[in-house]
Amino acid sequence: MTTSLVSPRFKVVVDHELCCKCKRCVIGCGWGTLTFTNRVVPDHSKCVACHYCVTHCPTGAITVQEHPLAYRYNANWTVAHRRDVWKQAETGGMLLTGMGNDKPYQIIWDHLVLDACQVTNPSIDPLREPMELRTYLGRKPDRLEFDAEGNLLTKLEPQIKLEVPIVFSPMSYGSISLNAQKSLAMAAKDRGILWNTGEGGLHKDLYPYTDCAVVQCASGRFGVHAGYLNAAAAIEIKIGQGAKPGIGGHLPGEKVSFDVSETRMIPMGTDALSPAPHHDIYSIEDLRQLIFALKEATAYQKPVGVKIAAVHNVAPIVAGIVYAGADIVYIDGFRGGTGAAPNIVRDHVGIPIELAIAAVDDRLRQEGIRNQASIIAAGSVRSAGDIAKAIALGADAVAIGTAALLPLGCRICQSCYTGNCSWGITSQRPELTRRLDPYWGAEQVSNLIRAWSLELKEILGALGVNAIESLRGSRERLRGIGLDQVTLDILGVKPAGR
Amino acid sequence: MRIDANGMPYRQLNQIIRDAAAGGEKEFELLNVNGQRYIGDGLEKKARIEVHGVPGNDLGAFMNGPQIIVRGNAQDGIANTMNDGKIVVHGDAGDVLGYGMRGGKLHVLGEVGYRVGIHMKSYKRQVPVIIAGGIARDFFGEYMAGGVLILLGLNRSNGDPIVGDYVGTGMHGGVIYVRGAVDKFMLGKEVGVKEPTPEDRRELEGYLKEFCDDFGLDLSEIMSEEFTKLVPMSHRPYGNLYAY
Repeated sequence: MTTSLVSPRFKVVVDHELCCKCKRCVIGCGWGTLTFTNRVVPDHSKCVACHYCVTHCPTGAITVQEHPLAYRYNANWTVAHRRDVWKQAETGGMLLTGMGNDKPYQIIWDHLVLDACQVTNPSIDPLREPMELRTYLGRKPDRLEFDAEGNLLTKLEPQIKLEVPIVFSPMSYGSISLNAQKSLAMAAKDRGILWNTGEGGLHKDLYPYTDCAVVQCASGRFGVHAGYLNAAAAIEIKIGQGAKPGIGGHLPGEKVSFDVSETRMIPMGTDALSPAPHHDIYSIEDLRQLIFALKEATAYQKPVGVKIAAVHNVAPIVAGIVYAGADIVYIDGFRGGTGAAPNIVRDHVGIPIELAIAAVDDRLRQEGIRNQASIIAAGSVRSAGDIAKAIALGADAVAIGTAALLPLGCRICQSCYTGNCSWGITSQRPELTRRLDPYWGAEQVSNLIRAWSLELKEILGALGVNAIESLRGSRERLRGIGLDQVTLDILGVKPAGR
Repeated sequence: MRIDANGMPYRQLNQIIRDAAAGGEKEFELLNVNGQRYIGDGLEKKARIEVHGVPGNDLGAFMNGPQIIVRGNAQDGIANTMNDGKIVVHGDAGDVLGYGMRGGKLHVLGEVGYRVGIHMKSYKRQVPVIIAGGIARDFFGEYMAGGVLILLGLNRSNGDPIVGDYVGTGMHGGVIYVRGAVDKFMLGKEVGVKEPTPEDRRELEGYLKEFCDDFGLDLSEIMSEEFTKLVPMSHRPYGNLYAY
């Protein structure tokens, strides 16, 4: 056998002057990059730049560099293209990847700016005046009726209260570790928001956190039963995911451990592949059937949402979903993350979330049904600025996945599908997952939500509004920079200066 | 409790059943059922529901414990993601039966449609079982991850195939028993053909005895023919599709 054509991407540099030979890095690396023979010896080809060794080295002796190996420059045949071809030549397989689309498509968030008050209308000081971020998800009535005494006659559909318009995106037990899910669940409880089980069912240890959980019913129906549905705050039918529109969930066999197998009720070590469609949903009418099967199963006490990937005809699709009876529609843009997806689908299928929010909000308003469902936008929300822009474009709330894993140590090394995550976030190997202390994790994630809440309040104050409701769909408060006219038209946003 | 379902919307019918079951009612007789969906959906109480007429889709979806007896034909999506309990259909049934089923039993006297037993699961002692007395259409046992599917093909006219194409496509767990032989070209490529062991036959006999008791059929006659046992060739059929 010849040696691999795929050269290392990173280079691990150990400063042997500083190294105290404690071997913490050798034990810490989930990838088997480092061995110890009198001194620490790296196998550069195994490094994914997860920085676990770098972060935990007591003497700061390790650093990871881009591998300096030069390739003949070619603007067309990028090094990434060459590497992919070599890897596929050696394996004959589809390339798997993790996390969201990393290609340099235009990021519309970064071409939108927010308004602020100056002279003609006063801004508000959020440090000294009340500022409302509370958001309710669920179907709102067309009108309210009262009796003569002023008592409400209209029967309200179930609503979920969010203290901040942020929820955690669905990340299944299996794709992430139990300790990672626990971290998110505790942070959600702490901040009055929601976490989402993803499609892998609910581990028995997480039942104390179901009052702030969204439980998923996906095409694989893993871990779905009446107790699971009734325990949750809301139910979500997973149709699609931004990282892999049109294909089902994919949990590589490496990550189907004993506990995952029990929770999902599938054989250990098998690839948990969810069927691409729900085979009882081939139409909007069929979707309605499942929505109401779930409502019947929970006696109409829970909002039922539908999650889809943002694709070309997202606006009429979402309108259909709302007509089908969904109370919440979760739209995942093409930069949305994943634990495992074929590279070719992740990087080339779907549309940006910014355009999808605007198109969907427009369409639902035109149809007069915008009140009938809440819209959750996801697919790379990286800051409170992105959240404010998403809400101004028309979303009710946003979902964050990658941003909620970064506080746990994630470096976006995009290797979640291997199950070797040194940080114990996307692994099921007990020696790795036990490193992630869920109490520390919860505090980290909770801190992030607090920080973003403060920033959102600051933005609202500058805009001169005292409630996030007042920003929702208020596209007049956005301007575009460097966007073409067609994109601006779709966004319903004027260019800066006009 | 007797309920005349004639012209009654499904939501009202199911609400009555839910409320009565919560109040301790254990026997339901539904008359003039005509396409009402979701009967027994999510019901977790021990109860026996006898349906006269044709129940609508998603009969017994997410159900966890009750027994449903249908005196007639039934439609699509029966036992969708059902966890426990039993459904007996004295007639034919439609497509996508037992989707993601996790436990309990579904006995259908007659024919069943497409994609029956899709993605059934099992864990330790929780083993769902579907038995169909007649024939089944394409994609029988698709993506099957666990449980038991039994197909008898009784009362066929000569030359009718017992099952459609793509049997067990994507199968990675569980077992399918077909009474008689199955042509290899009808099987999904993930399926292996085995001869049932004496132990398998004992297990089969246990399942079929209950089935015969439900419908008044002759067990010895059903067992007189050889069965074909279909199992996944690998619990990881798609492991080599990807580059790591």
